Amino acid sequence: MQPFTHIASPAVPLPIEDVDTDQIIPARFLKATTRDGFGDNLFRDWRYDQEGRAKADFVLNTGVYNGQILVAGRNFGCGSSREHAAWAIYDYGFKAVVSSFFADIFKGNALNNGLLPVQVSPEYLHSLFAAIEADPGARISIDLAEQQIRIEATGEAYRFDIDPYKKMCLLNGYDDIDYLLSLRPQIEAFEQARTAAFI
Amino acid sequence: MGKTLFDKIWDAHTVSAVDGGQQVVYIDRHFIHEVTSPQAFDGLSARNLPVFRPDQTIATADHNVPTINQHLPIAEPLSRHQVQKLVENCAQFGVELYGLGHPYQGIVHVIGPELGITQPGMTIVCGDSHTSTHGAFGCIAFGIGTSQVEQVLATQCLLQSRPKRMRITVDGELQPGVLSKDIILYIISRLSAAGGTGYFVEYAGSAIRSLSMEARMTICNMSIEMGARGGLIAPDEETFNYVRGREFAPQGEAFEQAVAQWRELYTDEDAVFDKEYHFRAEDIQPMITYGTNPGMGMGIVEAIPAAESVDNPATYRKSLDYMGFAPGQLLLGQPVQYVFIGSCTNSRIEDLRLVAQYVAGKEKAPGVEVIVVPGSRQVAAQAKAEGLDLILAGAGMALREPGCSACLGMNEDKVPAGAYCVSTSNRNFEGRQGPGARTLLASPLTAAAAAIHGRIVDVREELASAGLALV
Repeated sequence: MQPFTHIASPAVPLPIEDVDTDQIIPARFLKATTRDGFGDNLFRDWRYDQEGRAKADFVLNTGVYNGQILVAGRNFGCGSSREHAAWAIYDYGFKAVVSSFFADIFKGNALNNGLLPVQVSPEYLHSLFAAIEADPGARISIDLAEQQIRIEATGEAYRFDIDPYKKMCLLNGYDDIDYLLSLRPQIEAFEQARTAAFI
Repeated sequence: MGKTLFDKIWDAHTVSAVDGGQQVVYIDRHFIHEVTSPQAFDGLSARNLPVFRPDQTIATADHNVPTINQHLPIAEPLSRHQVQKLVENCAQFGVELYGLGHPYQGIVHVIGPELGITQPGMTIVCGDSHTSTHGAFGCIAFGIGTSQVEQVLATQCLLQSRPKRMRITVDGELQPGVLSKDIILYIISRLSAAGGTGYFVEYAGSAIRSLSMEARMTICNMSIEMGARGGLIAPDEETFNYVRGREFAPQGEAFEQAVAQWRELYTDEDAVFDKEYHFRAEDIQPMITYGTNPGMGMGIVEAIPAAESVDNPATYRKSLDYMGFAPGQLLLGQPVQYVFIGSCTNSRIEDLRLVAQYVAGKEKAPGVEVIVVPGSRQVAAQAKAEGLDLILAGAGMALREPGCSACLGMNEDKVPAGAYCVSTSNRNFEGRQGPGARTLLASPLTAAAAAIHGRIVDVREELASAGLALV
C-alpha cells in the first residue's frame, strides 16, 4: 500500500446520497482477476451511455472538475463488499473520498488500499460543496497526521476522526496482513487453548 | 451486567487487541467464490504463503455462472477465466471446491447452511456482503473485501473494530400472505438504507421466533441493506433440528454435546443494546420497493411518498426518474415485464414450494419473462423430487440451474433497460439487474403473483377470495 500523508488538490463534487458500489463499479466489470484497470469503468453507467459514449453532463465528463479528492453525499459506498469499488476510485486517480457518512465495508476496503475516507459533519460537507460550486478550482487540503481537512480559500477547517491503528498504517503504507502474520504464534496458541466452545 | 449474544460470540473469538480499539478476531469458517478471491490468492503467491487453515475454507462457483447448460463450457470468456482461476487456485492451495457440476454447488449462502457447515456460535466470513445470511444460526457472519479475504486465507484472522449493538424486536402474528421477506423490507423501510451502519443487529421477538430457519435466513441476509455489518438470531430448537444430521454437522454424541453448548447462545436478560427498535407483525403488509435502494420500500397498497417528505429531494427525484415513477403514485396494477425468483435471499426449497403452490394450475401472463433459479444443486434436486419443476414448467417458468443469476446480472441473466422486474433478490440499485433495469424488490409470493397477472397485485385479496392458506 502507498503511504498517505497529505494532499492539496481541487475536488470533484458528487452531491448524491446513498451512492452504492454497483454505481461505483457495476458487477459486470468485476470479472478481472487482477487489481488493475478498474478506473476505466468507475461510475460506468453514469459516465457512459449503453453505446459507450461519454455522457456530457456527468461530473467526470464536463471538464470543469478534476483533482485527487472526491466529495460525495452521505452513505457513500453502501451495498456490496466488492473491494473493486475502492480499487476503481483509486485507479482513476482519487486519493481521498469525503462524505458525511460511509458504509462500513467500503470504508474498510478504502483504508486497506491507501484511499483515505474522510468523514465530516453534514454542515462541513455543505461548506465543501458550496466552495467547489463557487470555484471549481478551489483547493482542498487534507493532512492525515493532523486529521484535518481545510478549504484553502476560506481557511474553514474540520478535524476528522480515524482509528489510530489505521492512521498509523496509512501514514506508513503498512498492510494489515503484515501485522496479522506477525501474530501467527499467538493465533496458533489461541487455537490450542480453545475448548470446544462454539465450534 | 449481562452480555448480548453478539458479545458472547465475539469475546470467544478475540485473539488479542490492538491499541486504538481494533481487535484480532478468529474466523471459524471462510467461504470463497470466483469473483472476490483471485486477487487474494495472488497476494498469497506473491508472499509465498500457504492457506493457513484450508480445512476451514470452502469454495464454490456462483456469481457469474450460467443458469442454463452448466455442463457446457462457460461461453463468456471473462467468466470462464474467472471460474477456471478458482479451480486452479483451490487445487494449488488445497481448498475444497464445490464447483460447477458438483452435487453441492450453489450460492455460497445457500450451501453453507444446507451442508451443516454453518453452525451456531461460529464466526463466518466471505468476500460477499450477504454473508450476514448465516447469522440466522446465531453466528457472527459478515462480508469482507478481497484484502481481508487474503488476510483470512493467510492467518484465519481479521482486524476489526467492535460494532455497536442493536436489537430489533418483532412481536405478534403475521397476516396471511406476509412472509419473512416482507418483515425485513418493512424494517429497512423504517430504518433506511443507512440506519444500521456501525451496528450488528440481533433480531428477536415472537414473530421472528416463529419463523423457519430458511425464513430467518432471508431476514439476516438483508441486514447489510440497512448498512449493518450483520444480523443474528439466537439459536433454538428450530435451529438445532435444522442442523441435526447435515453432512458437516457434528454427529451422534458430538452433536448432543454441541447442542448443550449452543443452548448458552442467547442474550442475557440484563444485557444492554446501544439501540433498540420494536415493531408489530400485524402492521406489516406485503412490501414492494419503488426506488433505487432497499430502504425505499412501502406496503403494497401504499402510494410513493411525496418529495417534500424526504431528506434529500434531489437524490429522491433522481431515483424516481430512474424508476419512471412519480411521487404519490400507486404501484398496485403496475405492469411488469420480468420476474426473478432466486438469489441468496429467496432461492431455497421453501421459497420454491410456495411459488409452485401458488402457480400450480395457472399460467404466467403473456409477455412476462420469468426466471426461476434454485439456490443450489441440492435445492434443485429436492424440487425435482417433489415435482415442483413440473408445476413451474406448467406455469411457463422453467426451473434453471443454480447461481446468483439476475440478482446482479454477472452472467447472461439480465433485465433489459427500462423493463420492470419484480425480484425476490436483495438490491434494487440502478443497473443492478442490467444497465437501465428497474427492480422492484418483493417476496416470492408477490413475485409469483406478478408473474401470473403481469402486474403488481396484493396477494392477500386473492388468498382470501380463494380461501387459500399458503403460509
